[in-house]
Amino acid sequence: MLLGKLTLDAIPYKEPIIVAALSGAGLMGLLVMALITKFGKWGYLWKEWLTSVDHKKIGVMYIIVAMIMLLRGFADALMMRAQLAMATDGHLGVFPPEHYDQIFTAHGVIMIIFMAMPFMTGLMNIVVPLQIGARDVAFPFLNSLSFWLLVSAVILVNLSLGVGNFARTGWVAYPPLSELGFSPDVGVDYYTWALQISGIGTTLTAINFLVTIIKMRAPGMKLMQMPIFTWTCTWANVLIVASFPILTGALAMLSLDRYLDFHFFTAEAGGNAMMYLNLFWAWGHPEVYILVLPAFGIFSEVISTFSGKRLFGHTSMIIASGVISVLGFMVWLHHFFTMGSGADVNAFFGIATMVISVPTGVKLFNWLFTMYQGRIRFTPPVLWTMGFMVTFSIGGMTGVLMAVPGADFVLHNSLFLIAHFHNTIIGGAVFGYLAGFSYWFPKAFGFKLNEKLGKAAFWFWQSGFMFAFIPLYVLGFLGMTRRLNHTDNPAWDPWLYLACVGAVLIACGIGCQLLQIVVSIRDRKKLADVTGDPWNGHTLEWSTSSPPPFYNFATVPHVHDIDAFTDMKEKGEAYKVPQKYAPIHMPSNTATGVYIGGFTTLLGFALIWHIWWLAIVGLVGIIGAMLARAYDNNLDYYVQPDEVESIERAHFEQMGIDVDNYTERDAEKPRRGSRPTTTA
Amino acid sequence: MSTYVEHAHDAHDDHEHHDSGSQTVLGFWFYLMTDCILFATAFAAYAVLYRNVATGVSGKEIFELPYVMGETAALLLSSITYGFAMIAGYKGNKSAVLGWLAVTFACGAVFIGMEVNEFHHLIAEGHGPNVSAFLSSFFGLVGLHGLHVTAGLIWMTVMMIEVAKTGLTGRAMTRLNCLSLFWHFLDIVWICVFTVVYLKGAM
Repeated sequence: MLLGKLTLDAIPYKEPIIVAALSGAGLMGLLVMALITKFGKWGYLWKEWLTSVDHKKIGVMYIIVAMIMLLRGFADALMMRAQLAMATDGHLGVFPPEHYDQIFTAHGVIMIIFMAMPFMTGLMNIVVPLQIGARDVAFPFLNSLSFWLLVSAVILVNLSLGVGNFARTGWVAYPPLSELGFSPDVGVDYYTWALQISGIGTTLTAINFLVTIIKMRAPGMKLMQMPIFTWTCTWANVLIVASFPILTGALAMLSLDRYLDFHFFTAEAGGNAMMYLNLFWAWGHPEVYILVLPAFGIFSEVISTFSGKRLFGHTSMIIASGVISVLGFMVWLHHFFTMGSGADVNAFFGIATMVISVPTGVKLFNWLFTMYQGRIRFTPPVLWTMGFMVTFSIGGMTGVLMAVPGADFVLHNSLFLIAHFHNTIIGGAVFGYLAGFSYWFPKAFGFKLNEKLGKAAFWFWQSGFMFAFIPLYVLGFLGMTRRLNHTDNPAWDPWLYLACVGAVLIACGIGCQLLQIVVSIRDRKKLADVTGDPWNGHTLEWSTSSPPPFYNFATVPHVHDIDAFTDMKEKGEAYKVPQKYAPIHMPSNTATGVYIGGFTTLLGFALIWHIWWLAIVGLVGIIGAMLARAYDNNLDYYVQPDEVESIERAHFEQMGIDVDNYTERDAEKPRRGSRPTTTA
Repeated sequence: MSTYVEHAHDAHDDHEHHDSGSQTVLGFWFYLMTDCILFATAFAAYAVLYRNVATGVSGKEIFELPYVMGETAALLLSSITYGFAMIAGYKGNKSAVLGWLAVTFACGAVFIGMEVNEFHHLIAEGHGPNVSAFLSSFFGLVGLHGLHVTAGLIWMTVMMIEVAKTGLTGRAMTRLNCLSLFWHFLDIVWICVFTVVYLKGAM
């Protein structure tokens, strides 16, 4: 009774694969903890990182979580491809269906919710406040809380590996399969509570950044002068605010069905399972634009910077992103044309879907025109961008194909669909985040990433992607449906083998990226970015040092142009040494976010296992921590001018500017390592 | 707030972000919009399911308009009295704020009490949410609103303690302002619930 549904049988100690995976992960964790203890870094970790409200540090932590989850989600992908390459012609492979079904469900959930979303949120955290010339976000504590809610959800999802099981429903958890009658164990509950918790964190982040962008832009920066990445993040945040509550509602209804015997989606007593599909995709479709719009912003920044030109059609980019956002809310039904809503309804949603290719096309041509007559530097971010243009175009075209309801009736739930959405999400969103990762890495850490390994990683990813997913288009046409555990059709075999080879190639790409990080840390002196502007950038994040001081800007920049930093460089104002510094108002660190995240984990775990007393403890803890925070008077402090001065002096000296014998001409003089500006 | 004013003379500080009032209220507006969409989802579910009475009762058989009218009156009255609390707050009249908040709290508590009573009766008579999709969506939608009002009452209690202890500080006024938005928002949602669920159901 004290432990609800939790018994010793929930621990899968009899299954060798899970035990091996768990002990592997456990050993890694122990190793990391041992290293932290050995170097005596617990205090540093707690004070400087875990309790930090600095948007840059929170952003870095988001990306670390995203990368760990990328490894986990990719391990799932490798297992699936291996299983399908082995389980042909009557063989059953290694994974029995009840395990395999958990793997593909976990793969989908983790890659979308716990890899792509935190990666996007992390980049947004690091870059957006810097791009608009702000010193932090509007609600720094809320930002920390959002992150810890994500961590709480990540813990729950990964706990399902060792305690109980995960959902076997596919990442969409359609009822009636996800209802209690067909999924009586805790798998679906892990799914719903993890998504609820991370969804609340995402919603809070979106609110936070919308207020930041509206209220905290540097003086002079008009809305239409905001950098394009900030703009695409703005649209993504609007989409989050408008769509995530629908997911919250739908999952709450599913939970009511499962916990309190309601009948929203059940097959009996008048429930309507298709309503879940409608609600889920009313969130789910905007969600893919939430993922891809910031990636579009990254490509725009990258292509403009490395072509040495202004972005072609800045205004049209903003409008196109807005049109995509609006249309993104009008197409959800194309995920289930086969529901049978009739020709008229299907035609409307089919045409609305196709129309999205128009603003997307506008973007693609804008990028091409930006490159036209530019002096392109083929750095890894540019490679990712160009790889994206090819890959995403293929994904876009197959998407338009599937938007034809008649064609969709043939292709629905086939591997053609799987190939299509990986084509857009990997080729669109993930390539974008990886481009952004290598583009902004020097800003966040003060040194560049090794280029050679970055390029190798790109080519492995790009070729691996083609090998892994083009065969799935073929398999879709050959009639193979998704979520099969084993197959018995010789015509499919060669394509399944090819796809497995592709997955191995991508694994090599990920290996190169891990190696790249290690090598770059080793060579950090050689790769150091002393000026803060390693790529000859256009926007404000490059005007401060790398990594930026915790207050971002010693003096708040005044903006007169879209490419605010290029403008400053051209006017010779980029490296002015200020006469004097003013005190800077900054938020204090707080552990409340960590505590609330901890209590939320308890609450989620208790609800999953029906341990009601623990649920009450969790809830009371959350409310108590929030109240304690509400009446904490030690929220902020002033950084004194002499501290600012000494930090800034160090940065100027690094650049070779003599602060004491400073003349106005010094502000214009070319710095060490800078390249000539080539704005068109 | 006062520390901010001391440093406001510096031109470079002119967009300082710690004038928390207007930012907090804007952020709260955005939160309310997300809440609005959550309610919209519950309304949509009700609209899809209200005819699916299965073996159970329909709205016409269980809704008692005069009773719901009383609930509605209590909630609407509480919006007016909250308005009076805010007016008193802008005038800096602490005891009037506390008095009007207490009246508002009482009205809100009457509303919640009546709603719980209604739910209790329905369940006791065998019309619980487990009977049909209609009853599920009814309990879901009305219960969601009730949970919000309950949260508002808890928040109001906390605010009364804060105002009683530390007075009408800038921080307290910002928070009262947010609670005011929340409270009026719930009133508007209730008018939709009353119309869509009770009026339409009883017709």
